[in-house]
Amino acid sequence: MSLIVERAGFFSSVQDLGRAGFRQFGVSTSGALDSIALRVANLLVGNEDGAAGLEITFGGLQLRFQDERMVAWCGGEFDVHAGVTPLPAGHAALVRPGEELKFGRPQIGCRAWLAISGGIDVAPILGSRSTDLRTNFGGLDGRALHDGDVLPLGPQRGSSRDVGTTEKISSCTGPHDWVSPAKRDPILRVIRGANWNRFTASTLQQFTSEPFAVSPDSDRMGARLDGPELKREDDVSLISEAVAPGTIQVPPSGKPILLLGDCQTIGGYPKIAHVITVDTGIAAQLRAGNHVCFSEVSLSDAHRLLLERERELERFRIGLSLQGS
Amino acid sequence: MEIIPLGDSALIVRVRERFEDAPEETLDEVLHIFQQLRSAAIPGVIELAPAYTSVAIFFDALQVAKASGQPDRAFDWLSEQIRAAVGRRTRDRRSLINRSLPRIVEIPVCYHAEFALDLDRVAEHTKLSAGEVVDLHCTAEYRVACIGFVPGFPFLTGLATKLATPRRDTPRKEIPPGSVGIGGAQTGIYPLRSPGGWNLIGRTPLKLFDPTKNPPALLQAGDRVLFRAITREEFAAFAERTAAKEALKR
Repeated sequence: MSLIVERAGFFSSVQDLGRAGFRQFGVSTSGALDSIALRVANLLVGNEDGAAGLEITFGGLQLRFQDERMVAWCGGEFDVHAGVTPLPAGHAALVRPGEELKFGRPQIGCRAWLAISGGIDVAPILGSRSTDLRTNFGGLDGRALHDGDVLPLGPQRGSSRDVGTTEKISSCTGPHDWVSPAKRDPILRVIRGANWNRFTASTLQQFTSEPFAVSPDSDRMGARLDGPELKREDDVSLISEAVAPGTIQVPPSGKPILLLGDCQTIGGYPKIAHVITVDTGIAAQLRAGNHVCFSEVSLSDAHRLLLERERELERFRIGLSLQGS
Repeated sequence: MEIIPLGDSALIVRVRERFEDAPEETLDEVLHIFQQLRSAAIPGVIELAPAYTSVAIFFDALQVAKASGQPDRAFDWLSEQIRAAVGRRTRDRRSLINRSLPRIVEIPVCYHAEFALDLDRVAEHTKLSAGEVVDLHCTAEYRVACIGFVPGFPFLTGLATKLATPRRDTPRKEIPPGSVGIGGAQTGIYPLRSPGGWNLIGRTPLKLFDPTKNPPALLQAGDRVLFRAITREEFAAFAERTAAKEALKR
């Protein structure tokens, strides 16, 4: 079965939890920029948490379904309608054949992740269904969606009505921080990067106390930030080494770039810090004009927060399965 | 050897501080540690990637925390595992002797004017004739220091010092796949249509990146690379053969 993309919107693409195992060949992670949002949406519609869904940037997406499916989305503050019924973030809804699902423009944040029961069944490439938008492979023909595209859907596990309730919109939802993570001016928690000590003391003080404005020149590769110029003690050029989604690198301009899922695998700019994994979903919502602040935490705090989140997700998963049975 | 966090789900094992002083030796050491870490199969490690002086390790922090038994010490535990895996190397002398020799990959390159858009610029800068530039470029032996920038892009060491030419002031918006270029003291091959500022001196008909294959890249870190000059006709014949093969696959 399949669904029809009536309007692709500003920028929408097929993403799962990303591609691993090929970084030594220069292949980026790709994948949903907020993995927890996609995982929660998937669980709400009865999918495995890593099923492929859609990442929707700035809305405008309009889909028409050909068979009955459960849908759920998490992300920024979007107005979403299933038919004529408003569909809030983090609630599963039943969409009937011929019915439309529409994403409006976001009030806060810029991205949303939509899960559809059965998942989007494009062929996995290098172990993932994610679209590599930089290299143009994976997902649907290696590109963002176009108007008129037809997306193949996988078989649903059991009847779609097994999930949640017989109401059009399920009352069951996930924790608010996961289903609606967007903030206008967020604080992102960071741990120190490899080159932290190469920056001047006043730069380090400013980095963790002053706001940085998000530049319009931002995309899935990275969010470019503008604020106090980040100055180094020296200008020794560094040997290229690995970078990762979450890395904050500082080019000679002194304006930091927060790398996101489509970032390249190696880089030669100094790394001042890294956004911790549990905050990457908030980073994925940054849009031009937002202001972001950074606050330092320890590596063991980052791991503890990640473990707590995973335990909470496990409880959520069990809760959902009890409700379904 | 230094072990530095790269966020909470990756780290960098920095084997040496400098590369240029001893590229061959550094690369051999980095690749050896890369292999050692790979065979150690440390619980929670997802993947490894070498680059010049270091090996990056990407890991599942939850699995590492579980394996370590002490969530607060996940990084320390992983560092201990890494040091133990690398330490084994020095004790086992046979592994040093038996270590596999790097592959040698010959890459046909057509230096015809049609593809060598910046050959004159390089010749002018290096005060050599175009012919001398080509000769120097295709007689040297290169080594892949790492793959990056875009998938399949080899950063090669071994470019004749004489051929070093600064990047173009204005990068090209689009460079055809297979283009061979010189950027500063480095040479490389663009695997995909991409923007780029290197001076283009030729083109290979080989595909350097193909996501439908595993491994998806023609080259890997450590490979020795030789360029063989081919004529415009050979280039066309090669491209045709490849196209026919692709058609058969479908």
